Amino acid sequence: MRHPKSDSQSRGLIKEMSPWLLHGSLWIGLVTAFLISIDVGNIKISFLEMLFQPAHSDASVVFWDIRLPRALLGLLVGATLGLSGAAMQGFLRNPLAEPGVLGVTGGAALGAVLVFYTGIFSVFSMALPLGGIFGAFLSVLFLYLLAGSMSSVQTLILAGVSMNVIAFSGTSLALNLSKDPYAVLDIVFWQMGSLADRSFHHVFLILPFILIGWVLLLWDRRALDALSLGEEAAASLGINLKKMQLRMIIGTAFCVGAAVSVCGSIGFVGLVVPHLLRPLVANQPGKLLVVSALGGAILLLLSDIAVRLIPVAVELKLGVLTSLVGAPFFMILILQMRRKLL
Amino acid sequence: MKWIEANQISISLDGFPILENVDLDLEKGEMLGLIGPNGAGKTTLLRILARLLEPDTGSVFMGDHIRAEDFSKKVSYLAQSQEIHWPISVRRLVSLGRIPHLMPWQQLGPEDEEAIEQAMKVTDVFHLGDRSVDHLAGGEKRLVLLARALATRPSIILADEPVQGLDPAHGLQVMELLKQFTASGCGVIAVLHDLTLAARFCHRIMLLDHGKVLAVGRPNEVLTAENLRKSYHVEAKYGTTDGFYVIPWRKL
Repeated sequence: MRHPKSDSQSRGLIKEMSPWLLHGSLWIGLVTAFLISIDVGNIKISFLEMLFQPAHSDASVVFWDIRLPRALLGLLVGATLGLSGAAMQGFLRNPLAEPGVLGVTGGAALGAVLVFYTGIFSVFSMALPLGGIFGAFLSVLFLYLLAGSMSSVQTLILAGVSMNVIAFSGTSLALNLSKDPYAVLDIVFWQMGSLADRSFHHVFLILPFILIGWVLLLWDRRALDALSLGEEAAASLGINLKKMQLRMIIGTAFCVGAAVSVCGSIGFVGLVVPHLLRPLVANQPGKLLVVSALGGAILLLLSDIAVRLIPVAVELKLGVLTSLVGAPFFMILILQMRRKLL
Repeated sequence: MKWIEANQISISLDGFPILENVDLDLEKGEMLGLIGPNGAGKTTLLRILARLLEPDTGSVFMGDHIRAEDFSKKVSYLAQSQEIHWPISVRRLVSLGRIPHLMPWQQLGPEDEEAIEQAMKVTDVFHLGDRSVDHLAGGEKRLVLLARALATRPSIILADEPVQGLDPAHGLQVMELLKQFTASGCGVIAVLHDLTLAARFCHRIMLLDHGKVLAVGRPNEVLTAENLRKSYHVEAKYGTTDGFYVIPWRKL
């Protein structure tokens, strides 16, 4: 007797997980990861202490100024990376698309570095997310013009490589020309990606841009499903492709640009999360959006918990950890797709 | 009563004239076959009718109750390509046909579900509902894509080579379904390379050659030896047993 799973796989049957079960599990996972993130740290303080201690007490300061903003940023940035990864993959119809791999994160980082370098940030704090958004916007536009939405996997990855090279060169140039060695060190560490030492100021700085980006990306849920049939068929179903492209470019630039400008480059979350969750939504690009946002937030919160628990002399940077885990995953994905690539 | 009336359509792509002063009309309940050799401009004409391309000159009028905002609800376009980018299930693919009827935030309602089920039953793909589209044979995929077009419940279907790459049984099945669709007064324009199927199923045929209309009319008026010689450079055999038929026989 054949195993039922292998039998259904051989017949190519697709079973969709119950949306209630899937969303319920992800929400429970998110709340749990969020609470653990608040609980974990160098100073051992219970929740009750944090919540009910008088203002300005140590426990209250740890909760309001350190733990809560860190967890909230983890949630916002993780959801952004998961959502934008799923949206880019659906839009470009390519499972290897991801803000980091395609150079959008690099472009946003370059924009933010230029804001640091020119010193505008010290005068006008809003310049930081705006710089990141502008860098991300230019890189998505560059990517789209260079590779187009009908591009093969190779063209798209090459366009991403060239965008990453441009971003790296620009950042290196800024570091090279900097006269202040402490600023250089700051920028180098910032680029590695981290949620540490951020405050509510950072949360409120990026929140409006992130929310606008989310709304723009989620708006095209159904259009992404229609794009499964190709651009012509989608257009014949009443999808306005030009408006959709604009929403995708601006939406990605807003949320990824804002997230990177405050937390640095955190790669591979947008690649790994949609890939893992896609089978659970029966490969539907529209349904993958919200699910990937939830999954991205969980993954980033767990990664941030891990960097605090891994016993090393200096706390690991979050971007370093996600890259260490994500890079082999990316290679496995390429090996799986090798038949298509060759 | 007419579904489509296109007048003096001309278009050039990359400086080359593709269509020159083409007139076309589609009656209610009619199946019109667009035939012609490769590069004659058939697909371009169909894309113009589907509003996927803007002609340089000329105009296209749709039946009087098809408003511009209802275009995608009333006109289904069946592209030549069978490429589907994600391995979604057959039922999900057919349900994409309901997109024109839904607002971005709206879920499928009972009417949508009924339209999807009916389209899948008519095209005989209901039993494939949970199957991944990348596990379908070519003929099955063509039928599923036709079900997607029917799920929209359109008044007009514009089909680009709907029987391309199909075996005779599936080819006949697709053509019969398209013909059935016209029985209720709806219209079909199909780009076809198979002259035998075109003669057998189309009410009228338009023969394009080098972007111009060489002939238009009933199959026996268009598929004449002279027209086939001029456009396709072929000789054909004819018969009238059980209706007019034509078989391309020899290249000249």
